[in-house]
Amino acid sequence: MTVLVSERLTIAVEGDVPVVRRRARELAQAAHFDAFASAAITTAASELSRNALVHGGGGYAVVEHVSDGLREGLRLVFVDEGPGILDIDRALRGGYSTGRSLGLGLSGSRRLVDEFHVETSLGKGTRVEVVKWARFRR
Amino acid sequence: MTPTIPILRVRGHLLVSVQGELGDDVVEQFQNDVLSAIERDRGRDGGLLVDISGLEVVDTYVARVLADTAAMARLMGRHTVVCGMRPEVAATLVQMGYMLDGVETALDVDDGLDRLGLPR
Ligand SMILES: Nc1ncnc2c1ncn2[C@@H]1O[C@H](COP(=O)(O)OP(=O)(O)OP(=O)(O)O)[C@@H](O)[C@H]1O
Ligand SMILES: [Mg+2]
Repeated sequence: MTVLVSERLTIAVEGDVPVVRRRARELAQAAHFDAFASAAITTAASELSRNALVHGGGGYAVVEHVSDGLREGLRLVFVDEGPGILDIDRALRGGYSTGRSLGLGLSGSRRLVDEFHVETSLGKGTRVEVVKWARFRR
Repeated sequence: MTPTIPILRVRGHLLVSVQGELGDDVVEQFQNDVLSAIERDRGRDGGLLVDISGLEVVDTYVARVLADTAAMARLMGRHTVVCGMRPEVAATLVQMGYMLDGVETALDVDDGLDRLGLPR
């Protein structure tokens, strides 16, 4: 996988979430995502950066425009050093929230992307990596 | 530097058009503005139309704010309709399993005004 653009963005305050979202959207356009794929990855970026902020106490995101030689795509990584996800199986199934929420952010993001990896360790933090590819053109 | 979202009165109905994005930093103000506009409009029985055709991204947070605002407006006695959701936004929300249950939706502003009973 070739990395064409890579940026690290801090997630520390509420205003940082829209910044990550906007950057993801711009890179999706650069990678020739259609409107549906772009909305999907931008929404996932929003959900995962908010999780890092709200549940993880803040951290950072790495947003990348990548290529595998055939396709262009986006790789987004979200890292925090928060408490970790208590029950990762339940959190991934959806409908589970330790807040007052519906608990659809994590499970929903997983359905919006092509590749999804979570590493979480209690008391140490959480790292979520997602990749989405642009559909073939021509 | 908080942008305010204009709230228009169109023949007795309130019309809000959200453009660009509903940032995390403005949602609370958006909700308050809409509710105080309803309060100021006391005595009228028009509805509330929220046009989201300008929203390119609706995540679960924004969706919840829209649903909550609609529910609050309804509690204040306003017929509330959310209109203009873009196809890619609808697709994304459904994929995530977020159906905006309980929110009345319409295709566009025309369709929304029909729902509020405004004659064409
Ligand atoms: N980065 C994180 N660090 C610690 N816990 C997390 C993290 N991300 C998610 N979680 C846990 O997983 C649960 C589910 O996350 P998910 O995003 O699906 O729901 P939510 O954030 O509670 O609500 P929403 O539907 O608004 O996103 C959270 O309630 C939280 O307990
Ligand atoms: Mg969440």
